[in-house]
Amino acid sequence: MATFLGINLFGLFGQLLVGLINGSFYALLSLGLAIIFGLLKIINFAQGALYMVGAFFAWIALDSMGVNYWAALVFVPLAVGAIGVLMERFLLRPIANEDHLYSLLLTFGLALILQGTFTHLYGSSGLSYAIPEALKGGTRLPFMYLPNYRAWIIVASLVVCAGTWYMIEKTKLGAYLRAGTENPALMQAFGINVPLIVTLTFGFGVGLAGLAGVMAAPVYAVSPEMGSNMLIVVFAIVVIGGMGSIGGAILTGLGMGIVEGLTKYFYPEASTTVIFVVMVVVLLTKPAGLFGKEA
Amino acid sequence: MKINKLAIFLIGLGLVAPFALYPVFLMKVMCFALFACAFNLLLGYVGLLSFGHAAFLGTGGYVTGYLMMNTGITPELGILCGTIAAGLLGAVYGKLAVKREGIYFAMVTLALAQLAFFVYLQAPFTGGEDGMQGVPRGMLFGLIDLNDNMNMYYFVFAIFLFGFWLVNRTVHSPFGQILKAIRENEPRAVSLGYNVNDYKWAVFIISAALAGMAGATKTLVFELASLTDAHWHMSGEVVLMTLLGGMGTILGPIVGAASVVGIQNYMSGGELGNYVHIIMGLIFVVCVLAFRNGIVGEIQKVIKRNFN
Amino acid sequence: MKSMKKSLLCAAVASAFVVSGAQAAGISDDKVKIGVLADMGGPYADVCGPGCVTAVEMAVEDFGGKVLGKPIEIVSADDQNKPDIGSAKVREWIESQDVDVVTGLVASSVTGAVTKVLTDAKKIALISTSASHAFTTKACSPYNAHWTYNVVALANGTVKPMVEAGKKKWFFITADYAFGHALEKVASGVINSNGGEVVGAVRAPLGTTDFSSYVLQAQASGADVVALANAGSDFVNSLKTAAEFGLTETVDVAGLLVFTPNAKALDANIAGGMKLTTGFYWDLDEKTREWSARFKARHGSIPAMGQAGAYSMTMHYLNAIKAAGTDEGEAVMAQMKATKPDDFFARNATLRADGRMVHDMYQVRIKKADERKNDDDIFAVEKVIPGDQAFGKMLDSCNFAAK
Repeated sequence: MATFLGINLFGLFGQLLVGLINGSFYALLSLGLAIIFGLLKIINFAQGALYMVGAFFAWIALDSMGVNYWAALVFVPLAVGAIGVLMERFLLRPIANEDHLYSLLLTFGLALILQGTFTHLYGSSGLSYAIPEALKGGTRLPFMYLPNYRAWIIVASLVVCAGTWYMIEKTKLGAYLRAGTENPALMQAFGINVPLIVTLTFGFGVGLAGLAGVMAAPVYAVSPEMGSNMLIVVFAIVVIGGMGSIGGAILTGLGMGIVEGLTKYFYPEASTTVIFVVMVVVLLTKPAGLFGKEA
Repeated sequence: MKINKLAIFLIGLGLVAPFALYPVFLMKVMCFALFACAFNLLLGYVGLLSFGHAAFLGTGGYVTGYLMMNTGITPELGILCGTIAAGLLGAVYGKLAVKREGIYFAMVTLALAQLAFFVYLQAPFTGGEDGMQGVPRGMLFGLIDLNDNMNMYYFVFAIFLFGFWLVNRTVHSPFGQILKAIRENEPRAVSLGYNVNDYKWAVFIISAALAGMAGATKTLVFELASLTDAHWHMSGEVVLMTLLGGMGTILGPIVGAASVVGIQNYMSGGELGNYVHIIMGLIFVVCVLAFRNGIVGEIQKVIKRNFN
Repeated sequence: MKSMKKSLLCAAVASAFVVSGAQAAGISDDKVKIGVLADMGGPYADVCGPGCVTAVEMAVEDFGGKVLGKPIEIVSADDQNKPDIGSAKVREWIESQDVDVVTGLVASSVTGAVTKVLTDAKKIALISTSASHAFTTKACSPYNAHWTYNVVALANGTVKPMVEAGKKKWFFITADYAFGHALEKVASGVINSNGGEVVGAVRAPLGTTDFSSYVLQAQASGADVVALANAGSDFVNSLKTAAEFGLTETVDVAGLLVFTPNAKALDANIAGGMKLTTGFYWDLDEKTREWSARFKARHGSIPAMGQAGAYSMTMHYLNAIKAAGTDEGEAVMAQMKATKPDDFFARNATLRADGRMVHDMYQVRIKKADERKNDDDIFAVEKVIPGDQAFGKMLDSCNFAAK
């Protein structure tokens, strides 16, 4: 067994890999939350539930319609995004001018409904989704065994995160988005349809959760609880990173995944709590979060 | 005057209720009503939405359960210790949470509660997933045997009345007036020279301690403390109880707790068991969209419109 | 002489009075009510759940629906694997719904809480699917009957032969609650006393969705055998992840508690060849096939061992009521222990004084894909393990006959 300074490299690299995979999901989900928060100033509590819905849609599509993984990767985020569009248009917009706590409660209620519905339909024991044929198997690296599918998750989510960051920070569409956040009235005056942008942004943010769900289906058991457990960790990550920047959300997500992986290797008992402890430390030293701008 | 009549009526109702309904069910309702009253103190009167109150319910339950099982103290002391422990945890969590406002406050409290949940999951003394089983109800003041459901019922009723009275006292004290001022217009309260964060912190501690008292009592009633009480689902449930009953009203949390526990109890027995979460979610959505004052709030509105 | 006659008469009258008195006390509330408590929709739903309800219904119907002329009723509830929910439900059943006996009983954590409530109320617990041996050892009670199997039988049946065959270094992936802890502890004892060594263990919460970090810890441990001390969908998920990370290629992965529905859910190429211990298999002989076919016709799938056990013990319980002439807990339990259970499930069986039902266990091997004749053809039975070898000795402290 390969060791270095008493550290079992096989174990360490393995845990780092698992951490990076979890971090990829954290990044995708907190990115979605950050985009939605940026424009609507609300926290979507249903983000985790929609991630779960994404995984279930992928499973249903394969099981009863024969739609394979690659097609699901395209269609499921669109379908979940469509749910988001309906949510924003018919449920969130009517209360857009109320205290934002109400929208938090509303999305919490929606999360319960979605979770309850899928528990009712499919039970809570979890379903399994086969790894797509092209990504089966793995590669034996010097220090670890890398399953191909897990490598794909990391690459794909990095590409998606980077692409989203580029779109928002560097393109004209992104400029509209950012301007809409700063001063919606002025944007409206320039003839830009702000409500439409808001709706589409919400749909996009939620679609990211759907995409994460499809990617998660083959590695995690597809179960109604998968979203809520993930979401609370993502909330802590959002508090750590602050809501100020898109890049910050991505980096904090990946970083916290790695921190969790390291903890799993060095002190496994603390692996479930480490992110919350980091949150406490950040709150004490930098209350606005690592990348936060607001007071 | 009107309040007094209502209070006497409710106390009378509480005294005779166990002869008509299953006492353990009523005790459960009272524990949750107390929990919701504690929570309402924060949401209804200061406008702080804590999404982590389960941590205090769970802490009260575990500490009381542990002491009852291992030290042989009497139940009233056990509950007192559980209450103090939850208050101490509230002091720590509150100090951290009041640094942030609004949605952030909700997320911070949720994350902190999850931290407590994982600690309880792994700590050996809680029994983890098995729960802390076989907590004795004990002899009240060393004299009254609480294993009798009726004795236990009146003990729980007394605790509930005490907690309810304390919440009322707090709300109607000068301290409570300042809290309302903070809720209505925080910058103005600051400009009047109040240290807003300290007030928020103080009320957070009171709320946490009372939630702990509810958890401690619940542990004695069921002779068991479990992770369910510390789980985020429980934090969500207490939000729902308060919202449904009417936040910022005195009776709202009680009505809300009774409704939610009643619905759960009714549904868990039959074919509808699977629908509990869906129904709870629907109630949330309906309350937020159309029914923001809750049951008691809406009734108060009707009374005001027709009788004033 | 006269006085003699008189006293005889007195005695006769008195004894007649006693008998009629006992019969008046016969069936409480004019019905026998059976509560079935199980995880109905979670990780253990397939191994007991609604199937246990079906099995109990079948037993009641086969018995004739009535005992001592009084109707038999069945109620059921979902405990969600949570001790608080289970014990509150059972308390309510006893205190406000006249339930006489509780059966089903899956997650050991729930069973621990529920048996306490039942013992306090002097009511019988018929434990079908729980694994922990605590209910007949450190938490034993004169009101517990533990039927299908327990962790001692699993360790003796599965772990011991492997250690003896030279697999010395073991690593555990353990379900983090009463059942997993008990299984790990008993199995470790068997390993150590047979010259093996436990090189590490990791605890995974019930319902874990991602086992990869645990599998990696196992992989890094250098063990010969990675033992999965979990069950239900946890077993399925952990084994799948072990295969994904190539663990099954390099070491032996041993499933310590495998129910037929879970073995069926797994890819035969991953699970095929694994050896394990079970308390029942549908395809043992004509009697098991006959009952299992009836069960499958109603439930849609072949019975898991706990479901067959639920039928067997419900039947034994109802027979005991009939023989004892009462449904009062203590008398019924005495009768159950006095009669040997004997049906398609219970072979060479006795219900010991500590409440342990000792019967033949089976060492089986999961068939590979090419061995299977149909979807239900999952196990090949390799060996019958006599009950006394599987379950070990009774503790003196739990010998309720001696008290």
